Amino acid sequence: MNRFLLPLSIFIVVVGFLGVGLKLNPREIPSPLVGKAAPDFSQPHLADPEQVFAPADLKGKVWLLNFWASWCSGCKTEHPVLMELAKSGEVPIYGMDYKDQRDEALTWLRRWGNPYPVVGVDEAGRVGINYGVYGVPETYVIDKQGMIRYKQIGPLDSETVANKIIPLVKQLESQ
Amino acid sequence: MRWLVLSLMVCFSGPVWAEEAKPLAEDPVVEARLKHLAVELRCLVCQNQTLADSNAPLAEDLRREVREMLAKNMSDQEVIDFLVARYGDFVLYRPPLKATTTLLWVGPFVLLTIGATALVVTLRRRARKVVDVPVTDEEQRRVEQLLAEGGKRS
Repeated sequence: MNRFLLPLSIFIVVVGFLGVGLKLNPREIPSPLVGKAAPDFSQPHLADPEQVFAPADLKGKVWLLNFWASWCSGCKTEHPVLMELAKSGEVPIYGMDYKDQRDEALTWLRRWGNPYPVVGVDEAGRVGINYGVYGVPETYVIDKQGMIRYKQIGPLDSETVANKIIPLVKQLESQ
Repeated sequence: MRWLVLSLMVCFSGPVWAEEAKPLAEDPVVEARLKHLAVELRCLVCQNQTLADSNAPLAEDLRREVREMLAKNMSDQEVIDFLVARYGDFVLYRPPLKATTTLLWVGPFVLLTIGATALVVTLRRRARKVVDVPVTDEEQRRVEQLLAEGGKRS
């Protein structure tokens, strides 16, 4: 009996590690930017390229910054969730049109609806790089001081919105 | 005169061709540094490719950023710090030795030590189990007899 105890315990430990490994998502890389100031930018509006969208305009507000693109299928999946959240009025969602064609982005918003008060244009993907975006959609929760408090990699679903985003927004609002 | 014109043509056509065949890189020094640096960096979209190998749009953008930074004479370390600040240690193929990565760096050596110790212990234990048993004269005779019989049968 004793002979088998050691190999068995090693086996259990290895299985434990593998089991944890299975549950991890290698696509989700923890962002070093959470807890840091949201990188500054000033990008033209999608609707009116004459106007400039900058995070400084939103100081004192809790807001979401959502990187999306008309070519991104995950953004289509996420879109109804954003529409719902925008309609609830819990938190404003600002868009960043990432590496996209202007007319296609405008068509996309016309067809599926526009949850964003303002969409900035990041044609070269530079804002994306400063925010550590590596796959759209990605969503950042930014607090009143302009700090990044949360990063969602991949599409938001209604569960994440209800269990993470809204409680976090409420907590940040009360600060 | 004709030879002069011809030789002039030959002389001047060379550099013109060279101009056309110029590599895509503006500055070969920057390009060499980019190549050297990009194999140390991971593409975040195709996670098992380096920034040098990947054709993902993000990798192209990041190569462009790195190229621009190198052209501005920033050191390799500054470029790496720029990327790590945005994407974390994950962009590095050689993660730095930190509290969170000690298991990663030390783990294999710990396993190696455990394995080597187990091997030595097992071998020693086995060596102790083998005990010399002297053969008596009676047994020796019996062995020879059996061997002799076996030889006959075959």
